[in-house]
Amino acid sequence: MNPRRTLATAGRVLTQIRHDPRTIVLLLVVPSLLIGLVAWIFSDTPVFDTVGPAMIALFPFIVMFLVTSITTLRERRTGTLERLLSMPLGKGDFILGYTLAFGLLAVLQSAAAVGYAVWVCGLTITGSIWLLLAVAVADAVLGTALGLLASAFARTEFQVVQFMPALVFPQILLGGIFLPRDQLPDALRAFSDWLPLSHAIDALQAVASDSQDAAYVGGKLLIIGAWIVGAVVLGSITLRRRTP
Amino acid sequence: MYFPSHSKNHRLRSVTSAADRRIMTVMVHRSAPAVVVRDLRARRGKQPVLHGLSLTVPRGLVVGLIGPSGCGKTTLMRSIVGVQVVQSGEVTVLGRAAGTASLRARVGYVTQDASVYDDLTVRQNLQYFAAVLRASRDDIDRVIDATDLAANAGQLAGSLSGGQRSRVSLAGALLGSPELLVLDEPTVGLDPVLRVELWALFHRLADSGTSLLVSSHVMDEASRCDRLLLMRQGEVLADDTPDGLLSATGTHDVEAAFLALISAHRSSDPAGREAADS
Repeated sequence: MNPRRTLATAGRVLTQIRHDPRTIVLLLVVPSLLIGLVAWIFSDTPVFDTVGPAMIALFPFIVMFLVTSITTLRERRTGTLERLLSMPLGKGDFILGYTLAFGLLAVLQSAAAVGYAVWVCGLTITGSIWLLLAVAVADAVLGTALGLLASAFARTEFQVVQFMPALVFPQILLGGIFLPRDQLPDALRAFSDWLPLSHAIDALQAVASDSQDAAYVGGKLLIIGAWIVGAVVLGSITLRRRTP
Repeated sequence: MYFPSHSKNHRLRSVTSAADRRIMTVMVHRSAPAVVVRDLRARRGKQPVLHGLSLTVPRGLVVGLIGPSGCGKTTLMRSIVGVQVVQSGEVTVLGRAAGTASLRARVGYVTQDASVYDDLTVRQNLQYFAAVLRASRDDIDRVIDATDLAANAGQLAGSLSGGQRSRVSLAGALLGSPELLVLDEPTVGLDPVLRVELWALFHRLADSGTSLLVSSHVMDEASRCDRLLLMRQGEVLADDTPDGLLSATGTHDVEAAFLALISAHRSSDPAGREAADS
């Protein structure tokens, strides 16, 4: 691995996206619009203040997962990945370059989503809004890292789209949005403790209601970070220079 | 078959000068072949494609890999570049096992379908590949000139014609002046003038010490090569110069020579082919 090649890869991915303004607009606007819709649905109830933080975790996570997995799959399908792997580019350079590029987009997207939820939809945040943003960014980067990993196991666009319900939906169902995690059956509760999105939602809810101290949120951030590192490392390992 | 033209003189000079730096090292190793393949067996997907193939690509020549679609040209080239899973056999490239990390900057590979980023301009594509190869900024201008893309440098690759896109792909492989170029059907879909120019470029590169392995399924391109490897159903039928091939088979064009070789191969070894196929 080599920092210059990693940065060149990240710069190249960002230049590609810059040539596609519609994607940028969709990336930045869609999660905010969805959060707005949820706020509207619950406009005459206190529900949005409890599910709002979870929505900040959910929509950027899903969008980044999809965008990343499809972009890298496209690279595989058009032969550019094969070309790069026949050149002196480290597998880690490739994966980390993508993570950095989409990570930067995730920062912008999360900032837009948090800003919209708080200032337009009136989500009450008792804790630090910066901590909220930090968790939201980590969560969106997690979506990117899992998307990179998923695309390593998919050969077609159809397969990669199937990974969305397979890898993402269980995390949503068990993340405490539908039923608080402490009310889940014991086995599911234990399982949900291992899912990274559960910790992202816990952390966002804790910051929003200021119900836990910074150490608790920091611990959750560490768990998400470990998942990101794990997915990036596993994604690099599973990338094959030689294919049948 | 070499078509120097006065208008291309500046290009000719720039290609030569860039390669000059390597000429000394190339001369030292000139005796050793660029590629040696021994008993190579490989599948493409689940299909066995190469059944114990052996061949040699000498240095500093344009070697044509000629054969019909599906005969294993791409699988062989992928094996040489080191991106193909092989079942058995030995592939030695520039004195090292194919796929060795140190070879990745010394071997340029152009896939059959242009592998470029459609949503980047020609120059942005080359800037990225140059960054990966650690090639200089001047080198980008050199390969843009060599592939006649100066007028399109600011255009998105996706907006180019098929022939232009494949030249961007080729330009990427020329970056950093690799010692071996493996080009999979680089002239498909090009107009005749451009085709002649590209073959002239290949010969200029060979003259400056680069080894080239160029595949084609078009028989009339065979006469432009220094040496030919005729391939069919995963086997090499002939390894000769174009003239040597014609005189050995008593024919006047490569297509006829190819047919003569196939029928001779069948009559000499009727059972062998069947066994290898199953």
